[in-house]
Amino acid sequence: MKNISKKAIAPIGRRQFLKSSGGAALFIGVSGLLPNLISCTDAKGMEGQFAKHDVTAWVRITEDGQITIYNPAAEMGQGSMTSLPVIFAEEMDADWSKVDVEFSPQESDIYGSPGWQPGTKLMFTVGSRTTNSYYTVMRNAGAQARYVLLHSAAKHWEVPLEELTTGASEIMHENSGKKISYGALVPYLTMPETLPDFNDGGLKDPKDFKLIGSLIPRTEIPQKVDGSAQFAIDLRLPDMVYGVLERGALHGAKPTLNNESDILAMDGVLKVVPFNYAIGIVASTLEAALAAKKVLDITWSDAQASGFNSQEIYDVYAQMASAPEKGNTVNEVGDVDQAFRTAAKTYEADFKNDYVYHAQMEPLNAVVQVAADGQSAEVWVGSQQGPDTKLGIPDLLGIPHEAVNVHLQYLGGGFGRRSMNDFVLECGRLAQQMAPKPLKLLWTREDDVRYGAYRPLTLQRLKVSADAQGNLSGFSHCVVGDGGNLVASGARNDHYTIPNQWVEWREASHGVRLKHWRSVGHGPNKFAIEAMLDEVAHDQGTDPVALRSKLMADSPRALATLNKVAEISNWDTPSPEGRAKGVAFVEHGSLGTGVCEISVNRNTGKISVHHFWIALDAGVVVQPDNVKAQMEGGIVMGLSSVLKEQITIVDGQVQQRNYDSYALLRMQEVPDSIETIILPSAEHPEGVGETATPMVAGAIANAFLKLTGKRLRHLPFTPDRVLEVLIG
Amino acid sequence: MATYSLNINETLYEVDVAQGTSLLWVLREHLGLTGTKYSCGIAQCGSCTIHLDGNPVRACVLQVDNVANGQKIKTIEGLSENGDHPLQKAWVEAQAPQCGYCQSGQIMQAAALLEKNPNPSREEIKSHMNGVLCRCGTYLRILEAIEMAKEQTNTTS
Repeated sequence: MKNISKKAIAPIGRRQFLKSSGGAALFIGVSGLLPNLISCTDAKGMEGQFAKHDVTAWVRITEDGQITIYNPAAEMGQGSMTSLPVIFAEEMDADWSKVDVEFSPQESDIYGSPGWQPGTKLMFTVGSRTTNSYYTVMRNAGAQARYVLLHSAAKHWEVPLEELTTGASEIMHENSGKKISYGALVPYLTMPETLPDFNDGGLKDPKDFKLIGSLIPRTEIPQKVDGSAQFAIDLRLPDMVYGVLERGALHGAKPTLNNESDILAMDGVLKVVPFNYAIGIVASTLEAALAAKKVLDITWSDAQASGFNSQEIYDVYAQMASAPEKGNTVNEVGDVDQAFRTAAKTYEADFKNDYVYHAQMEPLNAVVQVAADGQSAEVWVGSQQGPDTKLGIPDLLGIPHEAVNVHLQYLGGGFGRRSMNDFVLECGRLAQQMAPKPLKLLWTREDDVRYGAYRPLTLQRLKVSADAQGNLSGFSHCVVGDGGNLVASGARNDHYTIPNQWVEWREASHGVRLKHWRSVGHGPNKFAIEAMLDEVAHDQGTDPVALRSKLMADSPRALATLNKVAEISNWDTPSPEGRAKGVAFVEHGSLGTGVCEISVNRNTGKISVHHFWIALDAGVVVQPDNVKAQMEGGIVMGLSSVLKEQITIVDGQVQQRNYDSYALLRMQEVPDSIETIILPSAEHPEGVGETATPMVAGAIANAFLKLTGKRLRHLPFTPDRVLEVLIG
Repeated sequence: MATYSLNINETLYEVDVAQGTSLLWVLREHLGLTGTKYSCGIAQCGSCTIHLDGNPVRACVLQVDNVANGQKIKTIEGLSENGDHPLQKAWVEAQAPQCGYCQSGQIMQAAALLEKNPNPSREEIKSHMNGVLCRCGTYLRILEAIEMAKEQTNTTS
């Protein structure tokens, strides 16, 4: 990460961000700096503070008692706009009815949570890390804000701080019967010389939580039902121009434009901008830009993906899995070869998954405005942010980090796609050419599908050994595919006690763009693992829950989710005629076991999922209803991908273009119910956004095996494939 | 370029755009009524659902030329005075949206149903709503919200 000079941090952006009203903002020092407190009306004073110190403002309080808490994470429907401020407000003892929430500035050294490496900070809304990584940050900051208020009241009343208590934005002094609201205290706020780090002690006991764990409506939902919630695509600025790119269906192919003068002569077209992999058009209106895009005459070069046929590659992958040389080790426990040599019985199966596409409802877009002198830029974008919170724009324009101001907007879906900021850079390049006019870049749905960055296609060879008593002695998992951790994540079994385990990745490369897709490798890998376990259980005549129960003996938290879901799904009661239940376990930070009940139309091959039950252990749950919403959404997205979704590639050309050829699950296909039970826990919160999705494939395949005695081993389970399996 | 007058949310708007421009771009980019969303452009997802003379239609496949003859256009901005249509209230109550991007279309599609059929069955709701996609997977809460609003409307009217 770049080392950014403390002095260089943009005062303008942060002054603007606090400009809206009076009151006081608590600037809490980081890295041992003294805390500061400053009036929001004292612009000079604020600027001075910003220039001098690396400070963070998490909260603003005004005299009328209104409290603004700053959310450092992207909001893409997962609820960060509520969950993080709730954590802060809990420790601050704020009256939630008086809390407003706004996005914080995009400065990770100030507003980041602990990154992947010790001592680093990140503003990166990925990997279900938001609540998990900000929990201690927000608790400590909230407790420090409360401490400042206590300190000020103690001074104002000339009483010892220890005699004061707080509740719902009020400070009480029991001995004298005095009471003051946080708002009324604003004129008397003073800063203590030092602030305790409350992570060392002094935070609330979770059993005293009033906000965390209660039903709090999400703060941004009212805007999302009256059409006023602003996504980047909704931005309109004076003099704004529009940009589109034609990228082609072969990833990485280079364009030659054959009719540039015709294009430039079209109404409204302002500029043609060639990219290595695309032709860009800038026009005065969106419709003019799109009209020009339609009539571009482009000759495309070959690329790495030329000649690649996705549905034929599985044979190659199977040969790769059979090669004697081992791949990259992902996990090794005991000696799996020894386990297989001494096994009483072994099992082997290949599992496959096709490419899938993110299909977030808001197509990629951004608005960038570069100053006339090219020395600063404003960016409006829905991004999952990244290691560079300025999203690559400073390097693109050759200007300092602090000269770029990012205005984070709501994301119309992320799912991993918006953690890749290719579209922001495209917008920046076009905007640079049009400076100082602001430019809105829009990807059409066709652009978004065809030039997508998919979850990789893989083949997974699983081998299992059992000893003479039927106990699993060895578990070998070979993943073949492109993308490293994109295909390897979730292939470990940390909650199943199997004495000898081996996970490896064998690398392929096709030049097809790839990216994290909700739950990443967990989707395909948990499918393979969970389906394989049931194939063994089926052969052994063992109940799938009983088999897992034995494997989870050393992981009581995982086992509790299994037992609970068996209970709520009436696992031991047979399903009605024509239906069957299947189970699958997933760990993705939080631990969850899911059970589904399905039926199959044997004439059409269509699988219907009627019910889904989940038992989840996510540690402390900040917003229980929102966690349930994440489970529901995760299951529906899982169903969609498992039953329907498929990107196919023929001679390097992506075959799907829009929702007519890339089908998503619709209302008529949802289960009758998705029921989630959250197990109580006082452990540190774990992410929940990606735990449900990977349950779906295994649970359905296992229910299908129980119902039909046949094995589904290739995602998606389209009607054609299901029929083939039923007949075969 | 041509001038069109459009009756949107009971207000008359005049707009100068090229013939054949999609109503969606007129609403969003020319008039700033951005609650109506673009997502597919080919009437497959329903994110741009509006009412045309009371019927739910996809703005992305309508040309401005064909809706400038006095037809009444209603967008999410005109559904209620203060975001307090029974469906909007039920949507908040059910905490239906996640990312929220498709929800204007969902609500407009549902509002058209309840106007014609105040007491739809669950299957009728599903069938009517089938054309509006939600990638976050909020379908069950949308169903819950529509059933909530339906009951509320029926008990108060």
